[in-house]
Amino acid sequence: MTASNGWQAAGLPRTPPPVTEAELRALRDRLAERADAAGLLDVAYRTVDTPVGTLLLAATPEGLVRVAYPGEDHDAVLAALAARISPRILNAPRRLDGAARELEEYFGGARRTFDLPLDLRLATGFRRLVLSQLPGIGYGRTASYAAVAAAAGSPRAVRAVGTACATNPLPIVVPCHRVIRSDGSPGRYLGGPAAKQLLLDLEAA
Amino acid sequence: MSAKQPFEAVIAAHGPVVLRVCRAVLGPADADDAWSETFLAALRAYPELPGDANVEAWLVAIAHRKAIDVTRATARRAVPVADLPERRSADSPGQRDLDLYASLAALPRKQREAVAYHYLAGLPYAEVAAITGGSAEAARKSASDGIARLRRAYPATDQNGEPS
Repeated sequence: MTASNGWQAAGLPRTPPPVTEAELRALRDRLAERADAAGLLDVAYRTVDTPVGTLLLAATPEGLVRVAYPGEDHDAVLAALAARISPRILNAPRRLDGAARELEEYFGGARRTFDLPLDLRLATGFRRLVLSQLPGIGYGRTASYAAVAAAAGSPRAVRAVGTACATNPLPIVVPCHRVIRSDGSPGRYLGGPAAKQLLLDLEAA
Repeated sequence: MSAKQPFEAVIAAHGPVVLRVCRAVLGPADADDAWSETFLAALRAYPELPGDANVEAWLVAIAHRKAIDVTRATARRAVPVADLPERRSADSPGQRDLDLYASLAALPRKQREAVAYHYLAGLPYAEVAAITGGSAEAARKSASDGIARLRRAYPATDQNGEPS
């Protein structure tokens, strides 16, 4: 580190000790709690390990705002949240305790619907309308892109439904994986085809 | 909209240096409080920070003010202590660190600040002067006087505390 190099370059025999990971983590955790209490924690995040990979979960004070697959690059996702919502972003797991627990129950087969406050601000317009339709496709069921377009009141907007699903900020929780092709094949998925198949298999069990 | 990184990344990048600066200026006992107040204030102001700002200099400037606050608060609630705790073996790393902090604490505050901001945080003297007040030349003199006194405090020991 340049700082301690400067110290040594000054010819001082003794360098102040480095800060340990544990010391910094303890300070950071306390800061996250104080920031939350002071209303300064605009976005809290954590990661959870699941059968479809390590997911990034992020929440505003209103609710869960983002679920991101590893393939989306979590650093890029956080940078996008900083630009779209606020740079006041901290790794603060507590706000995500409920979401993490419900996802664990879901992957364990013990939960069929998510009961979490959601913040859908990252989806606007028609995309948001599409996403609002998706919880209507029940656990273990599927619907075609065309059927979702029809349900959203725009039967010809099949491609736009595909885009809405591909840009779903809350995959798994907002079940875009239940939207498949008219021929019954799974179709594309922002978490990759294997993840989509795993979710469909999980729900079919 | 400026591309500002998440505040978590600011903590990861600058948290350790700011803590070392707080420890050097205040001593290890009060450093945690100053660090917490610094980063809470920084988090509050972060969205308004210009995208091209020198984040480390900004944080050290906040830490400087918070260290003064902590010193005042400590002075208000200070109770006289009859004796300092007995020294442990001077060979333990913890004791050597405490000796270093004691030497820093013995410096006049201006020297301690100049040494910490220049030699620990790596700020140029113009930046140090902007934080502490006075001229860059005065900051340079404070830092060099402080370093000279620290050297005198440890004339015959090397990095490991062994005679050299």
